[in-house]
Amino acid sequence: MINSSLKTLGQMLAKKEVSSVELTQAFLNRIDTFNPEINAYIALDQQKTLAQAQAADAIIAAGNAGPLTGIPIAQKDIFCASGWKTTCGSKMLANFVAPYDAQVVTQFDAAGAVNLGKTNMDEFAMGSSNETSYFGGVKNPWDFTRVPGGSSGGSAAAVAARLCAAATGTDTGGSIRQPASLCGLTGLKPTYGVVSRYGMIAFASSLDQAGPMAKSAEDCALMMNVMAGFDERDSTSLNREKEDYMRDLNKPLQGLRVGLPKEFFAEGLDAGVGAVIEAAIAEYKKLGAEIVEISLPNTGLSIPVYYVLAPAEASSNLSRYDGVRYGHRAAEYTDLMDMYCKSRAEGFGAEVKRRILIGTYVLSAGYYDAYYLKAQQIRRLIAQDFEEAFKHCDVIMGPAAPSTAFKAGEKVDDPVAMYLQDIYTISTNLAGLPGMSIPAGFSTGSDGKALPVGLQIIGNYFDEARMLNVAHQYQQVTDWHARMPDLPTPQGTK
Amino acid sequence: MEWEVVIGLETHTQLQTKTKIFSGASTAFGSEPNTQACEVSIALPGVLPVLNKEAVNCAIKFGLAVNAEITPRSVFARKNYFYPDLPKGYQISQYELPVVGKGAVTIQVPAAGKNPAYEKVVNITRAHLEEDAGKSVHGAVEGMSGIDLNRAGTPLLEIVTEPDMRSAAEAVAYAKKLHELVQWIGICDGNMQEGSFRCDVNVSVRPKGTDKLGTRREIKNLNSFKFMQQAIEFETRWQIETLEDGGTIQQATVLFNPDTGETRAMRSKEEANDYRYFPDPDLLPLEITEADKARVRAAMPELPEAMKARFESEYGLTAYDAATLTASRDVANYFVATVKAGADAKPAANWVMGAVSAKLNAEEKAITASPVSAVQLASLLKRIADNTISNNAAKQVFEAMWDGEGEVDAIIDAKGLKQVSDAGAIEAIIDEVLAANAAMVEEFKAGKEKAFNALVGQAMKASKGKANPAQVNEMLKKKLGA
Repeated sequence: MINSSLKTLGQMLAKKEVSSVELTQAFLNRIDTFNPEINAYIALDQQKTLAQAQAADAIIAAGNAGPLTGIPIAQKDIFCASGWKTTCGSKMLANFVAPYDAQVVTQFDAAGAVNLGKTNMDEFAMGSSNETSYFGGVKNPWDFTRVPGGSSGGSAAAVAARLCAAATGTDTGGSIRQPASLCGLTGLKPTYGVVSRYGMIAFASSLDQAGPMAKSAEDCALMMNVMAGFDERDSTSLNREKEDYMRDLNKPLQGLRVGLPKEFFAEGLDAGVGAVIEAAIAEYKKLGAEIVEISLPNTGLSIPVYYVLAPAEASSNLSRYDGVRYGHRAAEYTDLMDMYCKSRAEGFGAEVKRRILIGTYVLSAGYYDAYYLKAQQIRRLIAQDFEEAFKHCDVIMGPAAPSTAFKAGEKVDDPVAMYLQDIYTISTNLAGLPGMSIPAGFSTGSDGKALPVGLQIIGNYFDEARMLNVAHQYQQVTDWHARMPDLPTPQGTK
Repeated sequence: MEWEVVIGLETHTQLQTKTKIFSGASTAFGSEPNTQACEVSIALPGVLPVLNKEAVNCAIKFGLAVNAEITPRSVFARKNYFYPDLPKGYQISQYELPVVGKGAVTIQVPAAGKNPAYEKVVNITRAHLEEDAGKSVHGAVEGMSGIDLNRAGTPLLEIVTEPDMRSAAEAVAYAKKLHELVQWIGICDGNMQEGSFRCDVNVSVRPKGTDKLGTRREIKNLNSFKFMQQAIEFETRWQIETLEDGGTIQQATVLFNPDTGETRAMRSKEEANDYRYFPDPDLLPLEITEADKARVRAAMPELPEAMKARFESEYGLTAYDAATLTASRDVANYFVATVKAGADAKPAANWVMGAVSAKLNAEEKAITASPVSAVQLASLLKRIADNTISNNAAKQVFEAMWDGEGEVDAIIDAKGLKQVSDAGAIEAIIDEVLAANAAMVEEFKAGKEKAFNALVGQAMKASKGKANPAQVNEMLKKKLGA
């Protein structure tokens, strides 16, 4: 049951083969067993969760169920959820209980989904390994010595370990796709503006976008049907007609033009990962796809550009955490300035501070033109690269991350090595394009561990339905997405 | 050395919208602290701003009223600084691309001493939309500072002038003109006590005849025209004395203390923040089309300049009278209502600017609260026009109406002020006067023109002021064969 697709679970609930309470309890039991080790969840509240499951059962009994009614999912702890502790992985918000719901939370509530809890994440979504979380790292279910990726590491680990049926994530530079790749999931970052950012704690406003993390493309499509949609409370939300992301899943791929950017297969790509991606491309050829070599010449600039723009926005977005109205306030201080300094020094972790400092620097008088303005110009060039590429292909494919999951602690002292984890994903955020990662196989490292590898699919603006179709067709002829890690039974349990 | 003062103004006008500029919270003044602070006003994690279109309409109205360029695509920027009553740690404002560009207003500087009144054009540099901050409340709780975020997010239009003014009088005339204009077009209630209209005044001095601007000091947050006048005069004297004593002026922000009448530096600009402005990624650029402008224009009242021109052409008023009457929309409305109720325009103008204004000023009343309505004034003027009463008698009637003694005709009757226009009665009075003042008649006949006026006076006195003066004049001339 815990391995079933969302569609199957929906059918089981509809046929009353299982109740939402039973299904929810089954996941809660697994969370009890495995979460102490994996640490995928920051906040759990069985009472609230089971109350939602009971309400869902009533909706099902009344015959008013939708596709996700009664299905237990997990919310990344970046989404405000009324009455839930909402920490964003930070000490700054360790005791913050949100008094309102994010639009994404409202949408899942309206769909009758059950919230199992809030998942762990890098502090303020800044990180690629989940190691910057104030609430501790998350273990990769495929190998507990390794990281799950980040920043949506808790959501990724929760889905991979079947501690939820599906989860939400957010992606500012790769935070859905890289952990999806490292944990063997299907994750989708939609076109910027498709999912409302209202109530989603801001990291870099012009790049942040929420999306689903699930076991398959079909599951992601069902999640997208709930998450996507215009919200007048988010000025950057796009007012488009509601679409059905399931509609194209079964279209054949005959004649699909797949672009392979040569820059994605150059130096820096792990050989084992490269081999898996090549095999996946071969599979697509079998499905009727036509391969086109393309170039995204400014790919190499995407990381420097991102590490100017994202910290600039973050330095301003995080100014509200000043200890005045909510959040962490230092216990003792001498005056206002001292209160600001101590509260922020104590409340933020090292990576967050690093980015606030970078952001403050690049926006400062005398540096603004050389950094922020220049980065904005290059950002436009990066978007133009994609515009040109999509004249020659329908989707772009490549690796989602340069390597498989790395060891916990391996990169914590080398921020630049950590930043390079997002080399293949960041440019789509800068362009506002949709991107996804799907399981494409395993690569065995020197220690003999087989670890998942993600294939990235990048689409043109609003092409999510086509990308889901491309992913779904692959998942009809492969079973990488159905593989599940063997979780070691924790000590002290039977 | 003769010095010249150079003055520019930055005015924060609070826009009359029901809700805040980036949220649906109410903007009403005077509520219990933090009862109008929604999740956006408090800047909870995850909240986002949504621009209030009504605030944009206000900005367009202002731009049209001062003949300014309205930027087709303006940008909201974040002004970053930490302050307890600034909940986001940044203020959403406009920086490089403001919604309103260059414009101008014409001001009337009143006569002072032997200097006559004059008109002057003050150029507007820009006007931009921004949100207000909250308030720090000290002392409400022992040993602590409180924060009231009711005002946080209230829409403001900051209007900036060129350094075009050359005296405190010009600055005050501009401020008054702007104050009236924003109320005229209905974008601001003009309430200076509640902070709806606050001026920052940049003052510098330079030797007369030179072009280079001196170092300026900015007088912050002046909320009365009287204080503005005093503050500029003090600041100007202080700067001139400082320079004449061999000192230099440091760029600074100063506050005016109404108790001492002095300005005092608050902080020098060297300590000023680097605000790290950048475009707010939560808001799209503000697009304003020709159609938007046309729609706002169609809903706008007639502007003072247009109304002034119309008063001159339609009512034959002098430029001065037309300007005076259109200095305030309420005064103009009162004047128009008086004319519409049947009064002639010229006497209506004289009475509105004269007796009515004098009484209102003396009693510190607004014209909308005038005890004598426009219709009542018109009926009074009609009684002058139809010779029922003299101008002098009319003044008594006006006073009586002001004091609530009733309507015009009833007061005329009660006070017996009706003018005598009966030719026979007047002739009888004149004959009496001529008989009693033979000496004066002789003087007149000997060529003393003055004697004629004395005889008129005697006749009016004999009629107890009720005789129609024109008739008295005419008949006297006839009798004397003049």
